[in-house]
Amino acid sequence: MKDIVEGTAWVFGDSVDTDSMYPGYAMKLPIEDAAKHVFYDLRPDWVDRVREGDVLIAGRNFGIGSSRPVAQLLLHIGIRVLVAEEFNSLFLRNAINFGLPALTIPGIAELVSDGDAVRVDVRAAAVEVTGSGRLASGSPLPAFVLDIVEQGGLFNKLVAEGYIDS
Amino acid sequence: MIEKILARASGREAVAVGEVVVCEVDMTVLIDLQFATMWREPNRIADPDRLAVVMDHAVPAPSINNAQGGVAARAFAKGFGIERFFDVGQHGICHQVIAEQGLARPGEVLTCTDSHTCAAGAYNNAARGLGPVEVYSIMCTGRTWFQVAPTIRYELVGAKPEVVSGKDIFLHIAGRYGDATNHNLEFAGAGLTSVPMNDRRTIATQGAEVSADFTTFPVDELCRDFLAQHSDAPYEAADPDADATYAAVRRVELAGLEPYVARPGKVADNAEPVSALVGVAVDQCFIGSCANGQIEDLRIAAETLDGRRVAEGVRLLVTPASQAVYLEAVRAGYVERLAAAGAVITNSTCGACFGYHMGLLGAGEVCLTASTRNFRGRMGSPEASIYMASPATVAASAVTGRITDPRELVA
Repeated sequence: MKDIVEGTAWVFGDSVDTDSMYPGYAMKLPIEDAAKHVFYDLRPDWVDRVREGDVLIAGRNFGIGSSRPVAQLLLHIGIRVLVAEEFNSLFLRNAINFGLPALTIPGIAELVSDGDAVRVDVRAAAVEVTGSGRLASGSPLPAFVLDIVEQGGLFNKLVAEGYIDS
Repeated sequence: MIEKILARASGREAVAVGEVVVCEVDMTVLIDLQFATMWREPNRIADPDRLAVVMDHAVPAPSINNAQGGVAARAFAKGFGIERFFDVGQHGICHQVIAEQGLARPGEVLTCTDSHTCAAGAYNNAARGLGPVEVYSIMCTGRTWFQVAPTIRYELVGAKPEVVSGKDIFLHIAGRYGDATNHNLEFAGAGLTSVPMNDRRTIATQGAEVSADFTTFPVDELCRDFLAQHSDAPYEAADPDADATYAAVRRVELAGLEPYVARPGKVADNAEPVSALVGVAVDQCFIGSCANGQIEDLRIAAETLDGRRVAEGVRLLVTPASQAVYLEAVRAGYVERLAAAGAVITNSTCGACFGYHMGLLGAGEVCLTASTRNFRGRMGSPEASIYMASPATVAASAVTGRITDPRELVA
């Protein structure tokens, strides 16, 4: 986990569902191929435009739907932190457990415009639109959740505890 | 109700909204996809008796990758002595198998990778879907954490009309009140006596569709009878305190409800009485999934189709929720009646519901489904439109080729 993430903000709306991020047909593909299909219909050119260290910003109820591991795809294409007005709880836990921090920050969808350069302080749960002075923050993730993210997800934690081999 | 269960599972007297609690998980269910995608053989697991393995999402294997998942699942079940292993032939959609096998007990906690695990809330169980890595972790450690969310209580009053099902009750609620993100749902009230267990499970299953955490029902006579038919293990029901606090309490007058239909895309703020959508032409009708592949759903479909034909140019797919439901439907004559009417009865699997295998939709096609989700692209092309309704409405619409009020067909 990077404490500070600086990149381009990609802004999505309310109630974006998991099938739009990880469609059923892509579940048959290896992760690196499946990752080419994130938002295949909602924003077809998106995956090619994302760069390492970019930030995904969303509105309310982000990630409603299934437990398919969207976070793996987002990490693969370079997204390093998710920020939303509100997450579906299954989606949020799923992201954390794959080592992708997910910050709930009320007002974020109003603050940030698509394409803005942003600076995210992951520990403080704070976002700044670079150079504009515009800031928003939420409640920081609890220490035990940050611990899971810092270890790179639950699999790594289970390796460290001897449940699985590395 | 849910706070009582989480308190017991975390060894506390009580829990409060906002608290994070670490809970012992009473039953964890692994599904076939988990073995096909990111399986790693563990060195040790918490307890083989608190684990079940169910083959459901992609069976019989439609790809070599899924077949390899089956190989891994069988080796794991054998190696770790998992007695509750439901392989192809004893399989079913995991939430149906959980019900049939009595794996979800009142007052207990159940977790599984599938997002519709909230289905077991029909049995007064704190059940929810979690990501594949978290479920794997629970398999290893036997526990996980929950943050206690506020609860919305639905008070059901009166008696539902015969034609109105759990699906209609749910779609009414979703259409009127919208999503319940980061909230629990609790159902109660004297009206529950008119809502049978299959309808309660449809409602609990669909809690995920309004983004709720847990959805729970109380234990009453209907629930006790159901549980007694499936397991003799003792349980302790979790009843809400009389002075429990809720984020909202909402009354639902069952007697006034009618069949509902959700428009394509989502159910929250997007469902209406069937009269608003009557006449929309359909290409495919589907009755199945964990929500609506129960024996009662197949009975309704068979009775509606009895002596009738599926309309020309329309496909009707029916997926029993388990091998046991399939067998019961054969014995009851439902399969014969459905097939005679031109319906396709499939193997029990999640296949068509999540657009993975079987029954996919092409661009421009319209589907009316009694399953779990109507997200864009869910069942095939993103250019297809998926409406959602009850098995009665779907079956009636399959006969006419247009969205139809099931009361009109009966008349």
